[in-house]
Amino acid sequence: MANITFIEASGQSTTLNLPDGWSLMQGATANGVEGIIGECGGSCACATCHCYVDDFLASVLPAPAQGELDMLDNVTAERRPNSRLACQIKASAALEGGVVTLPECQE
Amino acid sequence: MTAAASTPGVVIVGAGQAGLQTAEALRSGGFEGPITLLGDEPHGPYHRPPLSKAWLAGEMDAAQLVMRAPEMLAKKGIELRTDAAVQAIDRAHKTVQLADGSRLPYSGLVLATGATPRALPLPGADAAGVLPLRSRADASAIAERMAGCVEKNLPVVVIGGGFIGLEVAATARKKGARVTVLEAAPRLLGRVLAPVLSDWYAELHRSHGVELVFGAQIAAIDTDANGVRGVKLADGQVLPAGLVVVGIGVSANDALALQAGLACDRGIVVDACGRTSDPHIVAAGDCTARRLPDGTLLRLESVQNATEQGKSAAAALLGQDRPFTATPWFWSDQYDRKLQMAGLSTGADRWAVRGDMAAGTGFSVYHFKDGRLIAVDSVNAAKDHLQARKLLDAGVSPSTEQAADGGVDLGSLLSR
Repeated sequence: MANITFIEASGQSTTLNLPDGWSLMQGATANGVEGIIGECGGSCACATCHCYVDDFLASVLPAPAQGELDMLDNVTAERRPNSRLACQIKASAALEGGVVTLPECQE
Repeated sequence: MTAAASTPGVVIVGAGQAGLQTAEALRSGGFEGPITLLGDEPHGPYHRPPLSKAWLAGEMDAAQLVMRAPEMLAKKGIELRTDAAVQAIDRAHKTVQLADGSRLPYSGLVLATGATPRALPLPGADAAGVLPLRSRADASAIAERMAGCVEKNLPVVVIGGGFIGLEVAATARKKGARVTVLEAAPRLLGRVLAPVLSDWYAELHRSHGVELVFGAQIAAIDTDANGVRGVKLADGQVLPAGLVVVGIGVSANDALALQAGLACDRGIVVDACGRTSDPHIVAAGDCTARRLPDGTLLRLESVQNATEQGKSAAAALLGQDRPFTATPWFWSDQYDRKLQMAGLSTGADRWAVRGDMAAGTGFSVYHFKDGRLIAVDSVNAAKDHLQARKLLDAGVSPSTEQAADGGVDLGSLLSR
C-alpha cells in the first residue's frame, strides 16, 4: 500500500491509497483523477499517462526502461527530467507519500 | 422533477471503451443533459487489452481492469446500467427497448455495441473448453481451463494465428502449458505483417516452444463428456487438447442498427465524424464501418479507433465536426516483444527493414505501396513507431533506401 498524491494541472489535489502492484495510472483513472488518460490500459503503448514525479519518487523509483524512455520522447506536454509514464510506476510501500504532478495535456 | 430528469438525454448502447469515451467526451464538451450508459455485461467499463496478457496470466486483479470506479461515473452524471441489454431501437419514437421490456427515450443515441468473435463453424465447436476471447468472462474461463491443462499436462490448441491467438499462445507458454497454434494460411498475421516479420514471429513463438501448424484444415472438435478432447484435422489426425481458444476474427455487432433500418455494411456505416444514416444516432468503435473519402469502408478494431470515434461521436451529437483522420495505430505484446503498428499495410508491394532483426534489439519494417510509405511495424522500437505516426499523418514518405538506412534521421524529413 502507498498513499500517492496526484496534483492536476488545475491545482486540484487527490491522495489515493493504492494497493501494491497497482500502477499509478490504474489508480488515477479508476478514481477519476483528471489529466491521466491511459488509453492503452497500461501497456506503455500510448504515452497518455505522462506525469512529473517529485524528488522523493525520483530517488526511489527504478530508472525507466528503454520503451518508456522512447515513449517519453513523444509526450505532448513538456518533457522534463522527472517525466515518467504513470502506467510504468507500480505502487509499493517504498513509494509512500509520493507526489506526482500532471501536465496540462496528454494528447 | 428536475429539468434533467424530465428531458430525454443521450443513451449509449455499449459500456466498453468507445461508449465510455463518448460519455466522457459529451461531458467535457459541455453537455449537461442525462447520459445513460447501457452495458450488457455484469460490470462497468474495463480495459480489454490486458485480457489476453496480464489478466490471463493471473497478474492483475479485477479492480485493476476497471476503467472508472462507479462513484466516478456518478460524479460525472453518467448513469451506468449493467446487465442491460438493448433489444430494439424505435427510431420513430426515439426510444430503445431493453431486454426487461422497459423503454428508454433518447434525444441522441450512441451505438457502441462492439464486435463478437466468429464462432468455429464445425461439429463440436460448442463443447466445453472451446472458447473465444472477447470479454472478461471469456478470459476468466480460458484462464481456469488453462490452469487445468497445466496441471494435467494437456495441450492448449489455439485456432487462428492472429493477434488474439498469438497473445494467448504466449501467455499459455508463460504459464507452462504446451501450445499448438493452427493457422489456415501459410504464415502468421498474413493480412497485416510483411512476410519477413511473419517469419520472425513464427521463429519467436517456436523459440518459446510453441508448435505452429500452417495450412491447417480443421474437420471437427473431438469431444467427450468433459468437453473438448482434441482437434480433428481434415487428414484425420487428432491433436489432443484440454483447451481450444478460437481467434478467427470478429463480426461487428450491427444487428440492432440493421433492424432499425440504419445503413450497415458488415458494420454500422458512419462518416468520419461518427454519424450514421439517422441524424440522431451516432456510432463508435468496433461496431462501425467508416466511410473514407474515396468511398470505401474501413473497419478497425482497436483502442485508438474506439477512443477517437467516441470523441467524434460526442462532438457530432453536440453539433460539431470532429473527423477522425489520424493514422491508425495498434499494438500487440507477445513475450517481451512489443509490436507497434502505424498505418494500414494492405496492398504493400515493397518493404524496408530498419535495424537488425536478428540482434534481439529493436527494429522496424516499413511498408511501401507504389513508392509511398503506407505503414510501419516496429518491434521494441517505440521511437520508430511514434515517428512513423508523424510521417504518415503528415503524408511524408522516405525512400525505401532512407528507411533501411539507420544512419538517416527520418524525423528530419518532417521539418523540411
